[in-house]
Amino acid sequence: MLTYLINGISLGSVYAIIALGYTMVYGIAKMLNFAHGDVIMVGGYASFCTMTYLGWPPALAVLFSMVVCTILGIVVERLAYKPLRNATSLAVLITAIGVSYFLQNAALLIWTSNPKVFPDIFASIPPLVIGHAEVAADGTQSGGIVISATTLITILVNIAIMVGLTLFTSKTKMGKAMRAVSEDKGAATLMGINVDFTISMTFAIGSGLAAIAGVLLCTAYPNLVPTTGAMPGIKAFVAAVFGGIGSIPGAMLGGILLGVIEIIARALVPSVPSDIFVFAVLIIVLLVKPSGLLGKQIREKV
Amino acid sequence: MAEEKMTKKKMSKASKNAFLNYGIVLAFFVIFQVLSSTGILSNSLKGQLIPVVSYMIMAVSLNLVVGISGELSLGHAGFMSIGAFTGVVVEAVILSNSPAAATLSKNLGLQILILVASIVAGAIIAGVAGVLIGIPVLRLNGDYLAIVTLAFGEIIKNLLYCLYIYIDDTGLHFSLDPTSLAGTTVLNGPMGATSIKKISIFAAGIVLLLVVLVIVQNLVNSRSGRAIMAIRDNRIAAEASGLHITKYKMMAFVTSSALAGAAGALYALNYSTIVPKKFDFNTSILILVFVVLGGIGNMTGALIAAAVLTVLPEMLRDFQDYRMLVYAIVLILVMLLTNNERVKVFLAGLFNKKKSKDDAKEVA
Repeated sequence: MLTYLINGISLGSVYAIIALGYTMVYGIAKMLNFAHGDVIMVGGYASFCTMTYLGWPPALAVLFSMVVCTILGIVVERLAYKPLRNATSLAVLITAIGVSYFLQNAALLIWTSNPKVFPDIFASIPPLVIGHAEVAADGTQSGGIVISATTLITILVNIAIMVGLTLFTSKTKMGKAMRAVSEDKGAATLMGINVDFTISMTFAIGSGLAAIAGVLLCTAYPNLVPTTGAMPGIKAFVAAVFGGIGSIPGAMLGGILLGVIEIIARALVPSVPSDIFVFAVLIIVLLVKPSGLLGKQIREKV
Repeated sequence: MAEEKMTKKKMSKASKNAFLNYGIVLAFFVIFQVLSSTGILSNSLKGQLIPVVSYMIMAVSLNLVVGISGELSLGHAGFMSIGAFTGVVVEAVILSNSPAAATLSKNLGLQILILVASIVAGAIIAGVAGVLIGIPVLRLNGDYLAIVTLAFGEIIKNLLYCLYIYIDDTGLHFSLDPTSLAGTTVLNGPMGATSIKKISIFAAGIVLLLVVLVIVQNLVNSRSGRAIMAIRDNRIAAEASGLHITKYKMMAFVTSSALAGAAGALYALNYSTIVPKKFDFNTSILILVFVVLGGIGNMTGALIAAAVLTVLPEMLRDFQDYRMLVYAIVLILVMLLTNNERVKVFLAGLFNKKKSKDDAKEVA
């Protein structure tokens, strides 16, 4: 049971990192960036190609994919979302779906639908063993807990990002500008904040984080296909809503809870696809507390 | 006096549009019926006729939600799949109880009877699903609603993945356990339904499409339709005017899902095999592309877009790889252009004559 819990937290950490991108963009631009999940996929492919074809070391490849995704995030924002800043939310959402589809199909043309096997970049690090565990020849474990390096590193990276982002939004000038824009765009403009630049920065940070999430996700689930990002993207959105969209700790909490629910559901009821439980959670949360666990209640103004 | 004249004129405009759509559908039927009976139409295109009609129904029904009610639904294919598999089950049940089943291919009357029963059952079950899903979903707005409809679409697909239906001597059985299958398998989890008798007829599809158009267009031009559009344009103002928001939203949503179910049944009974994966998120998006490209809220546009975009890829086989990529670009460009101030001004200039007329009407 404890193993499931730890695996759940690890999967949830990936969701949480993706959810951060959603929640930041939603908080500031008030739009649902449907293409966020596909940025993860691009990040996965970018690091896969540099590592496998060019033989780059993993750290450099991750850095490269972050750069690629950051640029991608900014370009998408400039080309597709910025012209629609004053349009209806329906128009923006359809555009975002269009961008998501564009990225998936472009990836399909470039890398084909054959799954690429992502290398295990943490293979050299031994797993953490708690207690006295014995691993039999067929892979089954008895006694103690074995936590793989990937699981552990995912959780640690998640905590680091969480702390870093909290400090960033509360201490730096840029972070404060972001919070100001999300509170009131008009007032922020009057205070001399460059709203367009701030929104671009938000997309940049969200997409950079998506690249990290992409690498972590692909290390844990090594089959890389053009639709790799779609489901985790949607689930991360569920996580963001679960925790309260617009709230950074909320995204973290929502992501981890969702990961744990998914893994435990998969273990307890293996015959039913675990996605059902994930989406059921979303529906229940939206019905009971639409603002999410840590979200602020927004009053509707006439 | 002037007011009376104006409303009369407007009414006639609405019904003119409605008759234009019936005309388009009938012309479409006549052209393709003639083409296929004279043998000009290739076999692959002939096989596309019923799917085209199904997609037209899907586009019209989704347009009711997206265009008229103003809510983005991303799970429309889910209703289609409910209708499809309901239709398949109904067909199997009737055939297993009917002594005439052996001569089905020669018995056109029986075929039509089963087809109608399947379509009606598909519409009813999908409509019931629409009510069940609509109750929680329609309490939400905008992005949340879109995501929850997507979630429901996925849930329906996943449930069908682990649903096994079979008929034995004691009747129809539903099960979540693949090992319990016995007798005649109707639905085999992820493998879908594999032994459907193909009974869909192009003419029947056209009749269904006309019925759907009658329902949707009369709903849109009725008092309820105007209420639905008022809610779309300004929810708060509509609520303040005493409109029951949930009731009208529900009306649009349930009608739309029932019609999607009918389209699903028509679609499924055109194939011998149908899998739940056919009705995934991609299909929902495809139908959304029809609606967006045809012009959100415009039924004629939705009909034409659905027909062209279903037939065109069939004719441009080499182009297949780029199809979805082009759809994505089209989706983005249509959205960017229709929301661009300069394009709006340009279009206004283009239709200047019409616009000044409308303005004059408003002044009057």
